[in-house]
Amino acid sequence: MVDRTVEIELKLLFEAIYLKYSYDFREYSGASLKRRVLLALREFGCETVSALQQRILHEPQVFAELLQYLTIPVTEMFRDPAYFRALREHVVPVLRTYPSLKIWVAGCSTGEEIYSLAILLHEEGLLERSMLYATDINPRSLERARQGIFDINHVRKYTRNYQLAGGTRSFADYYTAAYDSVLIDRRLRDKVTFADHSLATDSVFAETQLISCRNVLIYFNKALQDRAFGLFHESLCRRGFLGLGSKETVEFSGYADRFEPFAKEERIFRKT
Amino acid sequence: MSSPSLGSSVTGRRVDAVVIGTSAGGLEALSAVVADLPADFRLPLLVVQHVPESGPTQLAEIFSRKTALRVREAEDKEAIAGGTLYFAAPGYHLMIEQDLTLALSQDDPVHYSRPSIDVLFESAADVWGERLAGVLMTGANEDGAAGLLAIQRAGGIAIVQDPEEAEVDIMPLAALQRLVPDHLLPLRGIAELLRALE
Ligand SMILES: C[S@@+](CC[C@H](N)C(=O)[O-])C[C@H]1O[C@@H](n2cnc3c(N)ncnc32)[C@H](O)[C@@H]1O
Repeated sequence: MVDRTVEIELKLLFEAIYLKYSYDFREYSGASLKRRVLLALREFGCETVSALQQRILHEPQVFAELLQYLTIPVTEMFRDPAYFRALREHVVPVLRTYPSLKIWVAGCSTGEEIYSLAILLHEEGLLERSMLYATDINPRSLERARQGIFDINHVRKYTRNYQLAGGTRSFADYYTAAYDSVLIDRRLRDKVTFADHSLATDSVFAETQLISCRNVLIYFNKALQDRAFGLFHESLCRRGFLGLGSKETVEFSGYADRFEPFAKEERIFRKT
Repeated sequence: MSSPSLGSSVTGRRVDAVVIGTSAGGLEALSAVVADLPADFRLPLLVVQHVPESGPTQLAEIFSRKTALRVREAEDKEAIAGGTLYFAAPGYHLMIEQDLTLALSQDDPVHYSRPSIDVLFESAADVWGERLAGVLMTGANEDGAAGLLAIQRAGGIAIVQDPEEAEVDIMPLAALQRLVPDHLLPLRGIAELLRALE
């Protein structure tokens, strides 16, 4: 028999987190979440998940640390260049037809994705008429995103991604280097509104033409994915666009018939 | 080290799934193991074969020509079907959920590997317990040893390719340092054993 004690403890832990801090991890994919909690146990010197639960309930700063384990911040600029190339070549021509644009990056992590979009829109002459929203549940990531500071060691990779994504200028036009980091150009930073927003517990805040939610939904179970697709469906204007991560799709969800593949390989969908 | 004899220890043991981990030299080893499995083989086989993170792999395509099983690259939220050989996608860990669906994640690499064998094995052990067989074969790092131990601790069957025969013996030897496998076998023996466990 497989011992289910840890599974029970995990359920209780997420219930406790929800009741105390209103972060809802109860419907995330269990396997990867479990792995991350077990890693955190070691870090916090707890013997059991129950011991961790006790600390979480009584020490808010421990929860702030645990949150760094529960959310996965991995990201890069122009991640999967083909995705950004498809946006530029196929979605931008449609976006041009709108007098003003609202664009939402859900699960923006430390900002690389929204700044990539800002650069793309700038080069296509659409940034002026755009409002950019970027949301996440991790306050530390949001703070870093606002600052727009990145490790200089990533610049080579990002430059290459930018070129593969169809960049028309030089990536160096968009940042200034200082010591071991680079700072994203102020004109781009000023265009983005960063906000705390959870796809698990919050509701829609704007009507948008394009939503990019990448590498977030794989961490949700089917029910929670459907909740997120519901929000996107509600937020998007008629015939609005939804871009997902390279291993994500609406096709197996309850919203399959309300979106159609637009650029199938690049996982860009369109509201029907 | 001597291997327990096939017939006696297998008697009566049946499993619901097989997980396989391999790295350097893995393509040929895996071919040898799956080549003769029949199209009506009942078990799902879930495989982590280490590959570079970027770029598509043709693993699924290559293997669909080598076996009668159905072959797929694992998709997130996909329900697991018997008689199917699933490959973990490059750049993503592959895990099993309690509801017998597949899950992908970009958690940190383990032993510099993503997909990692340990990650697949540990999550599979959680779900299938004693109804699982884990196979660790040729490779040049230590990924998989901890996972195979997790499988054994959960009551599952730990199978290691005989390092004498392995193209690269580091991975099997790393496992033998951590545990006494239920079966230490050459590839041909592994193929036979899988059919017996069906
Ligand atoms: C792997 S990152 C993806 C970053 C970026 N979108 C990319 O693809 O490069 C996942 C992000 O989703 C965020 N996240 C997790 N749960 C969320 C939720 N319920 N609502 C909004 N964001 C969430 C995490 O905090 C993390 O920053």
